[in-house]
Amino acid sequence: MIVRALFAIAALAAIAGSIMTISAKKPIRGAMALLLSILGVVGLLVGLHAQFLATVELIIYAGAVVVLFVFVVMLIGPDPSGSRDWRAIVSRTIAGLAVGTGAVAVAVALSRTSGLARMPAAHTELGTVEMFARELFGRGLVAFEVMTVLFIAAVVGVMALVSKKGAPRGSIDRSKEGQP
Amino acid sequence: VISLAHYLAIGGVMFTVGSIGFLVRRNLLFQLMSIELMLNAVVVTLVAFNRMRQDDHAGQLFAFFIIAVAAAEAAVGLSIVLAFYRLRRSTRSDEASILKH
Repeated sequence: MIVRALFAIAALAAIAGSIMTISAKKPIRGAMALLLSILGVVGLLVGLHAQFLATVELIIYAGAVVVLFVFVVMLIGPDPSGSRDWRAIVSRTIAGLAVGTGAVAVAVALSRTSGLARMPAAHTELGTVEMFARELFGRGLVAFEVMTVLFIAAVVGVMALVSKKGAPRGSIDRSKEGQP
Repeated sequence: VISLAHYLAIGGVMFTVGSIGFLVRRNLLFQLMSIELMLNAVVVTLVAFNRMRQDDHAGQLFAFFIIAVAAAEAAVGLSIVLAFYRLRRSTRSDEASILKH
């Protein structure tokens, strides 16, 4: 009973948060709705016996990615260009109807497949840190090491992108704005 | 009973919403948020399949790597948005036409 209640709350938060994310007018509201959606996903992961992964998701997404979004929104400030674009409203409706109908059809077809209906009982150690570490540092060791290369490349790329020296020509230099 | 199809439906709806947001919003910040939504949907799907086949942890391992790549992607994407804002004083993606001609 309580599992079903948790699932319902998490699913509602995930879907409502994602819809609010893409329909928000201001980016800061979108970031907060993204946070709600991520909390819903964390609840779903807990319900799926992926406790360690739920923790990682909470720390990285809610703790790092959303904070990064909020920082960038604060740096950029309110968007001077208009927030609503009415040109896309027709294509928006058509695309939403088409893809949404497809997703519902896939869900209905899957729910009728009897082999997928019932979940097996979970191992006691499914999703624990011990099992996950054994897997990550066993089969996934090479991928884990390659991931560090990816992170170094990302850090170097970010530094090159946001440094003053690497700023493209024609960009506005705020340090000289007050001078005559 | 909560079945696999429930989780797959949630993942499908989240991915759909994210792809719609990426296609129709013209603000780069919203497009990046839509990408995060799509990656989250894939994480839910992979972990749900891993719950069905518990012999190994391949699904959760994949989801872990997806989360890591998403973090790097958000950092690089947001710095690109900042650099573009410095150049054009805007965050609209249809003004990013410097390489067009």
